Order: sequence, then C-alpha cells, then structure tokens
Amino acid sequence: MIEIQGLRKRYGALQVLDDVDLVIHPGRVTAVVGPNAAGKTTLIKSILGLTHPDAGTILVNGAEIESSGTYRSDIGYMPQIARFPENLTGADLFAMMTDLRGDAAPRDESLIDSLGLRSQLQKPLRVLSGGTRQKVNAALAFHFSPSMLFLDEPTAGLDPISSSVVKDKIAAERLQGRTFVLTSHVMSELEELADDIAFLIDGRIRFSGPIHDLKKATRQLSLERAIAYVLETGAAA
Amino acid sequence: MTTIVRKIARYGVRDLIRSRWLLGYAGFFAIATWALLRFSDTETKALLSLVNVVLFVVPLANLVFGAMYLYGAREFVEMLLAQPLRRRELFAGLYLGLTVPVSLAATIGIGAPLVLLGVGPATLQTGALLAGIAAVLSAVFTGVATVIAYRIEDRVRGLATALGVWLTLAIVYDGVALLAAVQFADYPLERPMLALMLANPIDLARLVLLLHFDVAALLGYTGAVFERFVGGTAGLTLAGIVLSTWVAVPALAGARLFRRKDF
Repeated sequence: MIEIQGLRKRYGALQVLDDVDLVIHPGRVTAVVGPNAAGKTTLIKSILGLTHPDAGTILVNGAEIESSGTYRSDIGYMPQIARFPENLTGADLFAMMTDLRGDAAPRDESLIDSLGLRSQLQKPLRVLSGGTRQKVNAALAFHFSPSMLFLDEPTAGLDPISSSVVKDKIAAERLQGRTFVLTSHVMSELEELADDIAFLIDGRIRFSGPIHDLKKATRQLSLERAIAYVLETGAAA
Repeated sequence: MTTIVRKIARYGVRDLIRSRWLLGYAGFFAIATWALLRFSDTETKALLSLVNVVLFVVPLANLVFGAMYLYGAREFVEMLLAQPLRRRELFAGLYLGLTVPVSLAATIGIGAPLVLLGVGPATLQTGALLAGIAAVLSAVFTGVATVIAYRIEDRVRGLATALGVWLTLAIVYDGVALLAAVQFADYPLERPMLALMLANPIDLARLVLLLHFDVAALLGYTGAVFERFVGGTAGLTLAGIVLSTWVAVPALAGARLFRRKDF
C-alpha cells in the first residue's frame, strides 16, 4: 500500500506535481497515465526516492519513506531507458544486484528463461541490442520477487512475443498478490493489465480509481476513448 | 568503508578495467615513458619531459573521461538509486570505482617501463614520486568531474565545462600568474606566488616534482625560497595537506550534489 498526500514538485517555473493525493492499493495494477510532461515519471521517481519532493508525504506500507532506502528492498524498478555499464556482462549485472540486495532475497529467474536471455548473459552488455537490453531490464525488475514493482513503459522496444511474455508475467504475479505501478502510452495494453488508473494532467490528479469507474463516468467503452473524452471536454470525471 | 561501497566500487573497477579507453590510456603512458627513457640523453631529462606530459595529460583525460563516464552512467545510477542503498554509499562506490582504475592506469603506465628498463635508483625514486602524483591528480580531477556531472544536467555543456576547467587550470592560470609576476616585479612576490601555486593543483604538483629534480637553482631567488619552503619537512607536509585537500574538496562537493540531486 502506498499513500501519497499533498505531493508537490517544482522544476524552475514548471510545477511538475501540484498537490497530488493518491492511494496505490496492494495486489492491484495501477496505471499512471497522462499526456507527455504530465508528471508521471516524476511521481514514480518520488516514490522511489530518486527525486526529492518540495512538499507532501509518501507512506509505503504505513511508514514514511526515508533516505536509508530499506523500504526499497521490497521494490523492483524497471526504468524506461535501459543503459548498463558497457563492459560488464549480463551475468555480472545480476551478480552485482544480488550482491547489493543481499543473498537472502528469493530469486525469480523465470523471465531469464522465458525471454531467452540465458545465452546472452555471458556477452558484454554493450554488444546487446536495444531490445535485448530492455529484456534484461525487465528480468532484473522481477529478479528479487519484490512485492511492489514499478514498470516505466515495460513493453516499449520489445518484439510482440517478448512483450506478451512480459504482460503474462505481470498478470501472473498480480495473481500472486504483487502490486504494480505501470506507465505506458499503449492504452489497450493498460486496459488489458490494469485495475486502477491514476490520470495526471499538468501535475494534478484528474481521476484516480478503478478503470471501469472512469469508463462509467465518461460513458465510454474503452479506456482510450474515456481518456480522450476527459482530455477533450476537460470534464472532471 | 562499508561493504556496500566496496561492492559498488568493485563492479565499477571490473567495468573499467575491461574498457579499451583505459587500456589505451595506460598504454600511452607506457609508450611515452619508454620512448623518453630510450631516446633522451639522460634519465633525468627523460623524467623532466615526462613530468610535463603527465601534468598536461592527466588532468585533461580525467576531466573529460570522468565526465563522459558519469554522464553515460546516468541511467544506471537511477537504477542503483532504486535499490535499498544510501546515496552517500552509492556515491562513494561510484567515485572509487572510477578513481581507482584511472589512477592505477596512470601509475602502472608510468611505473612499468621504469621497472622493466631497470633504471637507476635515483630515477626510480623520482619516477615513483611522479607516478604517485599522477594518481593523486587523477583523484583530484575525477572529483571535479563528479561536481560537473552532478551540477550540470546537459552533457554537452558539462563536457564543455570540463574542457574549460582544464584550460583555465592548465594554461590560463599560468599565463595570469606570469603576467602578475611581470607587472609586480618590483615587489617581493615570493609569498603571493607561493599562494598562487598552492591554489592550483597542477602547479602544486609541478612545484613538488621540479624541486625534487634539484633544478630549483635555475629558478633563481624565487626558486631558493620555494626550495626552502617545499624542500623542508614542513613545506612537504604543507604541500601534502594542500594536495589532500584538493582530493577531498571536489569529491565531498560531488557527494553533496549527488545526495541532493533529483534524478
């Protein structure tokens, strides 16, 4: 459970997050959507502690996040852009993360096999293609069986087969009770995976709650049309 | 040093020692040292030329390579920040993972030919001092690179700043110091000049090295003042303290920027 209250962040003249209140429920998939520069990534980075908010509180499982970052041992993060140290191999990278996380964490290697990464792990990361690096990125996020996962555009750059594998993995892990926070520009994908939606415009939450509530309120059949409806009419759902 | 710092540093070292760039950098010093020793009349002359090469190349290479490396590691750092670590540990690990390999590359590049060619004991001693100074200067300028990389968001502007810092400290600074010396030639300048040299790590390194060569006599009265200053134990201690400060201050400033930064 993640509770966010009165979150504000300003970069120069730009108010990126403006008094954001949001609850991310455990065991559900929450999609963070919104136009470009709406504050989606800043919101996720604030929860992860990558960005320091100007005001507001973030509670993860009831405790305010602190700089020691112990709460992050329960979090997996898949950043939008996957760039790794060029001369390390995939195996080095997994070993490094295991070293940093401590050996106690249970390992989940299923994505390494289902994405066909096993044979790629001995190569330096610099020779891997962008798509393969994105697969490594995905496998790494799931590797320590965290109970909360933050996936920033998880299927961008993946071929259809790998993209399906990742989506199946998300669905399967959700059934295991894990919490997901996703961003994506592909609305049909979010409709397939997400339970809840947090709709950000200009740093403010325009709507948050179950997807079917948004569809009902806007009287639209698909998430894409519901979002478009809100954007066009400016209706507060 | 915590185990986390050591772990992060270890993977940084593992990454960099496989880097072709670093191999080329160490190779450059090895070839320069070997060639200078081979083709100079005396070993002292060879080392004097090497001092100039080191003082020119080490700051430039570490500023530019350090900044490039840190900008390139940006996305990976974001991933590491999402792990259960403290920022200060992450920074210390990243800094050491960068500084240790580049310092070693310069030290080994200079040191290996000296040992392999079997130079005299005096040359070996001076060479060891030179290799040590190269390592210290590497640490100074990778520290400055962290300040640049975590202060300036845009990497092109960051690299331009790195070059600007180098130009200022390596070239413009001496020009200004020389101009001041000529302008105020009628005044006793030893102490202000000494202060100017302490304030620039490259000049300080040059001062320590040149006085070691016993060429201070060539510098006239000023040289004598400097020799009395740096030649004595007190002077060497002060030079050591100032050089250590030059290592510590940029690294600590980088750490502070890193801790407060929004990634």
